[in-house]
Amino acid sequence: MTPTLSVRNLRVEIPTRRGVLTAIDDLSFDIAPGEVLGVVGESGAGKSITGTAIIGLLEPPARIAGGEIRLAGERIDDLSADAMRRVRGRRIGMIFQDPLTSLNPLYRIGEQLAETILTHERLSQRAATDKARRLLEEVGIPAAGDRLSSYPHQFSGGMRQRVVIALALAADPELVVADEPTTALDVSVQAQIITLLKRLCAERGASVMLITHDMGVIAETADRVCVLYAGRLAEIGPVRDVVKRPQHPYTHGLMAAIPTLHGDPDETLRQIPGAMPRLDAIPPGCPFNPRCDFAYGRCGSERPEPLDAGKSRAACFLHDADAAEAPPADTVRAARAVGLEVPQKVAEAAR
Amino acid sequence: MLAFALRRLVQAIGVMLVVSLISFVLFRFVGDPVNQLVGVDTSPEERAALREALGLNDPVLVQFARFIGKAVQFDFGISYQFKQSVAGLIGQRLPATLELSFVSALFALLVGVPMGVYTGLYRDTWLARAFLAVSLIGVSLPTFLIGILLIFVVSVNLGWLPSFGRGETVRVFGSWTTGLVTASGLQSLILPSITLGLFQMTLIMRLVRGEMLEVLRTDYIKFARARGLSRRAINFGHALKNTLVPVITITGLQIGSIIAFAIITETVFQWPGMGLLFLQAVQSVDIPIMAAYLLLIAFLFVLINFLVDLLYVAVDPRIRIGEATR
Amino acid sequence: MAELADDKTRAVGTAPEPADTARPGMLARALDSDLFYSFRRSPVTVVSAVVALGLVLSAVFAPWIAPHNPFDPASLSILDSFLPPAWAEGGDPRFLLGTDDQGRDMLSTILYGMRISLAVGFASVIFAMLVGITLGLVAGYFGGFLDSAIMRVADVQLTFPAILIALLIDGAARALAGPRAYDEIVFGVLVFSIGLSFWVQYARTVRGSVLVEINKEYVLAARLIGLRASTIMFKHVLPNVLGPVLVIATINLALAIIIEATLSFLGVGVPPTQPSLGTLIRIGNDFLFSGEWWITIFPGIVLAVLALAVNLLGDWLRDALNPKLR
Repeated sequence: MTPTLSVRNLRVEIPTRRGVLTAIDDLSFDIAPGEVLGVVGESGAGKSITGTAIIGLLEPPARIAGGEIRLAGERIDDLSADAMRRVRGRRIGMIFQDPLTSLNPLYRIGEQLAETILTHERLSQRAATDKARRLLEEVGIPAAGDRLSSYPHQFSGGMRQRVVIALALAADPELVVADEPTTALDVSVQAQIITLLKRLCAERGASVMLITHDMGVIAETADRVCVLYAGRLAEIGPVRDVVKRPQHPYTHGLMAAIPTLHGDPDETLRQIPGAMPRLDAIPPGCPFNPRCDFAYGRCGSERPEPLDAGKSRAACFLHDADAAEAPPADTVRAARAVGLEVPQKVAEAAR
Repeated sequence: MLAFALRRLVQAIGVMLVVSLISFVLFRFVGDPVNQLVGVDTSPEERAALREALGLNDPVLVQFARFIGKAVQFDFGISYQFKQSVAGLIGQRLPATLELSFVSALFALLVGVPMGVYTGLYRDTWLARAFLAVSLIGVSLPTFLIGILLIFVVSVNLGWLPSFGRGETVRVFGSWTTGLVTASGLQSLILPSITLGLFQMTLIMRLVRGEMLEVLRTDYIKFARARGLSRRAINFGHALKNTLVPVITITGLQIGSIIAFAIITETVFQWPGMGLLFLQAVQSVDIPIMAAYLLLIAFLFVLINFLVDLLYVAVDPRIRIGEATR
Repeated sequence: MAELADDKTRAVGTAPEPADTARPGMLARALDSDLFYSFRRSPVTVVSAVVALGLVLSAVFAPWIAPHNPFDPASLSILDSFLPPAWAEGGDPRFLLGTDDQGRDMLSTILYGMRISLAVGFASVIFAMLVGITLGLVAGYFGGFLDSAIMRVADVQLTFPAILIALLIDGAARALAGPRAYDEIVFGVLVFSIGLSFWVQYARTVRGSVLVEINKEYVLAARLIGLRASTIMFKHVLPNVLGPVLVIATINLALAIIIEATLSFLGVGVPPTQPSLGTLIRIGNDFLFSGEWWITIFPGIVLAVLALAVNLLGDWLRDALNPKLR
């Protein structure tokens, strides 16, 4: 089946006065129809840039410098501005982080909804208002008919994010890109908003790209997870596998750093030493190698491609069965001890 | 809404009282009113009698109250220089200044706002850069120099337009005369209006541009783009409307400044308005006229501010509804 | 290149700081690579800096550079009056830019006039900075009644244009001092009246910054270890506001020069015996119609170029220090 979204070898560059920064490098992934793909990573890893690149709203001077983006098989990264405008909202809906600032303060909720609906559908003003009211009901706003004439500042944060969701779904898009949709909200409403988003998208059969740094949200919501590190794909795979059996040393570190309720209370939380490199100082080879417990010879000079690793794919040489240079035996043993599925061939060569 | 208007009204009255106090202090204590009104050969007895008649021996507070009481009825006393009632003098000159200011403000708005929108939306085109360059020159050139240059080029060298005066005026009612209905009156208005309005025009243009750039960076504009709204809907519906809130405020204040800046333009073009009168008053230390002018300008400023505040409320629902629920 | 940036910061009118301790910090910041980079990247800015610096230097060294001493009556000859520029018909090679009605060399009077314009400009800005920063620090640090009193005054004053305030102060000073004494104090009055119209911006900026800084841990820590309020303000708070203050000062310098020129043009500024650029333009304006254009136009060009160069520097500085606008 054609994936709803297919990103191939995406490269995003930001020219600056100190040279061209590569914000996204050689990123590929698919989202199947109806699937929820979680995109995680530290801030600055390139999650939001990926989202804005897909919807064609990169802020200049950032630009797509290579690769392609396909929506239901059709290329969208090279569309004209006008054609891309018709894709936005109509076929891809987007939800931003901060509901408090996503709505124009000077227009009524109903006006903003009707405006969006009328942009994408040929309806009468009255039919559009009707649809706006139904949308508000669907996202769970009480007395929706009355609230149409309210201004954004009269809503709470959670309610505003519901309005934003209604706006993003107004034209029944095939794909919804949700960029940290709950980060700015109270913890108590976060779960409600995520559940709502997931239910509405499931009802419409829309795929979701859920960008977040909250692994809890991912674990509960996503079907698959894509882990980004310094603008590169670290690991992608089914959510259970990535969470329970991470195959990239970075993902492993990320999961070990999450506190759990069921864990041993005396065990100290582990943290990854060092910090993610800035875009202008990405080390050669594997970008993670200076912080990696398992790094060896080639990690400092060669770029790893995503490789099959268990049920996932991970950009790490420990999974490279055909490598000429084998990792040291200690490294393989240590990696296997924490659950990395190092292929037998690699383990044998390591001697 | 009503509470808001009332509160602003109270503030406005407060400002007027402060300005009245300054004006009164100027009127009463800077220079001796008696000395200014009488000749050198007046006897001390006559001076004392005049002092008593003018109420200058009363307690200061009483004098202040009387000053305000008279000011409310437009009675500002007698000009030292012209020996005429100040109110009458100002009444004769007011129409000229108001007409000039109004036309200048109109010019500044009608040219400044579109230029600002254009430079904000298409910031990297050559036309936008040219507008910006012109605006910087407009800010840097003193008003009087612009006037002189215009006179030099358009009046002296080309001989197209008159360089001084109001041209032919027509009496409308009372002492109100207008130059807006005669050909020579309109011609005479062109150069002074451009001179007076140019600075405000560049200011408005730069303000609109700055606000436009600011608004275009906001999340709700980004979200509007993400919803696939048309360029026009985003630029002129969403962005421009949000830009207007601060623009209205500043523009309102600028209209006040225009009336004050008319002093310079009126001097350059020998325009028979209030500003010229005030300048003559400053040069010859005609305190009653200075005091009256100060009060009048303050009143116009306060009035404009008040109207701007009301307009502001009409545009921005956050204030309107926030106030209503209080 | 480093020297150039250093000179430039001086050229745009940073006064010697009230707190000497703050100076190295500011210089270091001026040489900070980002700011410096944006300076080199903008040819317009570099040209403005060179022009401004050149004008300031030639004003400072006017007595040595000027070909004539225009204030030495012995060297003036009425036969030399109204000579056109040297290249025009009837020009005299001794007087490159021609002479005025009294036979004074235009180039020399312009150099001396610029000296006076710049002196008044710098002095007004320094005065405004001292008043504004002090009141801003006081208002922000002590808060309460002092704060609201100062800020209320600022609000009221801000509604009046600078030129009007300057004119009123000038008029009041005239009335209080009498004509002869007035000529002696005229420079003080000018600096006071121009400076007084600028203090509000500094006070607001400094106060806002103090309010932000004061709640930060390091100020709290400084209080806890018993540092005096004045020490905390000068050593810890002041350096943080120098960027914005520098921007305001630069833009104000251009404005002060323009206001001085305007007042002199209106005839309430410096006396004709010691003409500033504005006075020269006013004198020349009387002869514009009879064809002696050079008496007005040359001082006008110098004034415009000076104000434009300083304004461009101020514009650049504002954008460079405010990354959001870039």
